[in-house]
Amino acid sequence: MAKVSSLKNMVMTLLAICFVASALLAGVYAITKEPIDAAQIAKTNYAIAKVVPKFDNDPSADMFAKEIDGKSFNVYPAKQGGAIVGYAIETFSTRGFGGRIILMVGFNADGTINNTAVLSHTETPGLGDKMVEGKSNFSVQFKGKNPADFKLIVKKDGGDVDAITASTISSRAFCDAVSKAYDVYKICAKDVEKKEVPNE
Amino acid sequence: MSKLSLITKGIIKENPTFVLVLGMCPTLGTTTSAMNGLGMGLATLFVLTMSNIVVSAVSGFIPGKVRIPSFIVIIATFVTVLQFVMQAFTPGLYATLGIFIPLIVVNCIVLGRAEAFASKNSVGDSALDGIGIGLGFTLALTVLGMVRELLGSASIFGIKLIEGDGILVFILAPGAFIALGYLLVLFNKLKAKIS
Repeated sequence: MAKVSSLKNMVMTLLAICFVASALLAGVYAITKEPIDAAQIAKTNYAIAKVVPKFDNDPSADMFAKEIDGKSFNVYPAKQGGAIVGYAIETFSTRGFGGRIILMVGFNADGTINNTAVLSHTETPGLGDKMVEGKSNFSVQFKGKNPADFKLIVKKDGGDVDAITASTISSRAFCDAVSKAYDVYKICAKDVEKKEVPNE
Repeated sequence: MSKLSLITKGIIKENPTFVLVLGMCPTLGTTTSAMNGLGMGLATLFVLTMSNIVVSAVSGFIPGKVRIPSFIVIIATFVTVLQFVMQAFTPGLYATLGIFIPLIVVNCIVLGRAEAFASKNSVGDSALDGIGIGLGFTLALTVLGMVRELLGSASIFGIKLIEGDGILVFILAPGAFIALGYLLVLFNKLKAKIS
């Protein structure tokens, strides 16, 4: 079986193997790059469509970023006939029980929450992952609420949100992400007002 | 050894999970549901078969001292290929299996088969061995996933059997150990009966 090792043949073998391996990987990467990007965009678009009211533009194309405290948030405006009907805001919280959670939060033009969608999370299955729609009624309670008069803090901490049983940390993280999104929304709404004033 | 027994030995006599008790990290980590177990099993099956074939084909040219690094590069290549393909075509499954896909590289079953079997046998036999061991691993992970999903969330393959929550501990890590322990006992009892 194995040949006698000499410095020369060891170096040559490893070099050859690594060369073939990287060539193969480059090939596969080139082939799968497009489907991977498409899958990513499809996932984002699906989440946007779920959280904002009906629209007729391409929110991904109109996407702009807003910065708060040095963190950048992607905002996908939804427009119907040129008028803004809502914003889908990609937001996150690092206070999850298992790490970072990423949400898409949709606001109507008046600032009420239209819907939320979880893009990615690493919460405990069976406990914290109940924040995902369909697994429990936790995320439903945000629908139609305006954070201006609905305190985005769990009841235990004096807010208005019913936490998931036994998952207060995950619930707090969810609220944290949603309130960040609301801050971003407020900036967006202000920008729109500013733009409209000179027109009058 | 007949060709068929190369496959069946991986499923029963040398089952990587229940008999050799190798590759415990993905076994315990990914089997929160039957679907995840099956997905992880099939991913490992692919890597194992491909790496066995290639290792067996090139092992004659590889000097003994750089054997292990060469095998690791070959295995890592297939894992990365798999990772790209899964990201592109099954993003949902990729998202749930997450970190465990890249970790197939360090799964000792894969390197173990490359070193102990593929480097000493023909390409055909190595392919069959990879399929056999891979199937054994898939079977074990699917069964473990089914048991944990049934007890932990009262469903199988995502189909809800009983309304309401299950016994939560089976979804969490301790439940994985408990379920695996009982399955080990059952499997070895059955195996002793057969042989």
